[in-house]
Amino acid sequence: MAEIARRRPPSYTRHVEFVIEGLIRLCGVSAIIFILAIFVFIGKEGIGFLLRNVLPMLVSIDWSPTAEPPVYGILALVVGTLWCVGLSLCFSVPVGLASAVYLSEFASDRARESLKVVVELLAAIPSVVWGFIGVMILNPLLQKLGAQVGLNGLNGAIVLALMTLPLLVSLGEDALRAVPESYRQAAIAMGATRWEMVWRVLMPAAQRGLLVAVLLGVGRCIGETMAVLMATGHAVRIPTSIYDPVRTLTATIAAELGEAVRGGEHYQSLFALGILLFAVTFVVNFIADRTLRGRRAS
Amino acid sequence: MSAPHLSIQDLSLRLGEKQVLTGVSLDVPRNGIVGIIGPAGAGKSSLLTCFNRTVEQNPLAHMTGRVVLDGEDVRRIDTSDLRRRVAMVLPLPVGLPMSVYDNVAFAPRMAGVRRKAELDQIVERCLVQSALWDEVKDRLDMLGTRLSGGQQQRLTLARALSTDPEILCLDEFSIAIDPVTTMRIEAVLVELKKSMTIVMVTNLLLQARRIADYTVFMLAGKVVEAAPTDDLFVFARDPRTNDYLTGKFG
Repeated sequence: MAEIARRRPPSYTRHVEFVIEGLIRLCGVSAIIFILAIFVFIGKEGIGFLLRNVLPMLVSIDWSPTAEPPVYGILALVVGTLWCVGLSLCFSVPVGLASAVYLSEFASDRARESLKVVVELLAAIPSVVWGFIGVMILNPLLQKLGAQVGLNGLNGAIVLALMTLPLLVSLGEDALRAVPESYRQAAIAMGATRWEMVWRVLMPAAQRGLLVAVLLGVGRCIGETMAVLMATGHAVRIPTSIYDPVRTLTATIAAELGEAVRGGEHYQSLFALGILLFAVTFVVNFIADRTLRGRRAS
Repeated sequence: MSAPHLSIQDLSLRLGEKQVLTGVSLDVPRNGIVGIIGPAGAGKSSLLTCFNRTVEQNPLAHMTGRVVLDGEDVRRIDTSDLRRRVAMVLPLPVGLPMSVYDNVAFAPRMAGVRRKAELDQIVERCLVQSALWDEVKDRLDMLGTRLSGGQQQRLTLARALSTDPEILCLDEFSIAIDPVTTMRIEAVLVELKKSMTIVMVTNLLLQARRIADYTVFMLAGKVVEAAPTDDLFVFARDPRTNDYLTGKFG
């Protein structure tokens, strides 16, 4: 034994060690570099415009960048985004959390495994396909149920809800399964039915994890572009009914960037929208991250 | 002896392929402490889970024979009612992630007690009974999980008492707590047996000897010998009991 301990490793292992360590470090740092680069890029193009026009942007509901003179009111776009996100959460949170509870507490092992595969498959559908489903299947269905002709915010919200479901279900299930088995046993031993156990013990115990799932779902909703561009109707207005068409920040950027003159005011205004989006999703993710940290700490 | 409070009749339990209990018959007399001793894997804890049917949580469990509570087969009693009548304290203390107050009020609330005054009374009674009241009475809204291990085990006991059970089962309650707390809980149990029947699984022979009125020795899923504690410890009839008690195995 002592023989081996005393023997020195050949010198090249130290060089290999050095190279590998360097590569790993580079990979880790590159993620941060990319994020910063994106931030700088968007910031450079849009921050000047944002600072010059912050007041008119915030007070006007009219977004007509190609009119003479152009109007850059973002109020309707912001409301449209929040409208879609809020409406979609009304569907996705109850359904997603209920599925998470079912998967973690009620499903048999076999049912759980097969359902999880399906849920993951749901996550793999490209957003353009979701948009297509919204336009071709969901919208005619909604019209049969009484919506006026044309795409609308409800349509987009349902599509968004379907897209965020996989995230909510799998993160929610993780959170519930992380609750110690002893809590379940204790609740059952006190005469709780399974539902009482879920509602009174598991949900409170997994509260933070479930909140993180919802917040990440919100982040996903806000950032989603293609599906909402296709499914919401894309009309600049403050919605007054769930059947009104709306337009979101993301869809505006996607639809108009190709036509805007590079470097022009319209172009810059779209980057200003990008900064706004970036800031909002950053805040949401930051809150989710803090919540998760709190959960680990407790 | 009057009719047994809990009567186990030819009970066998299989978990999947594994035979856990074989033909266990046992009468638990009213208002006494029954200690169940035996080496690990003897089926002591599994036997307790048959009393309140928590064993049914395991989809592999297959049970034959009968457990009769006060003349009634437990399989005919609604599980929620049964588990309020037959309370269970598990080996590791579990403070549920809610306040001390809510921990104790949990089961009564589920049973439909809504009035604050009534809940207050139950919480105080149970915490006093479990010798925890003096330590927590000023901080009832503190998270139950933040109590110390010994306190949490007494909280678990208070919770078990909150439904006013007729039978209290304890599964190695002292495994994770210090000797001082153990002695306090033992004193509590001796006090409690006036109003309920206690079944206690323990690995500590001396614990059974100290407080059990009646001791059962189990081995490999069978009851080897059951007798009043003093008789069993002094004149064990079965040589295997003797070997276990004198430390030849286990």
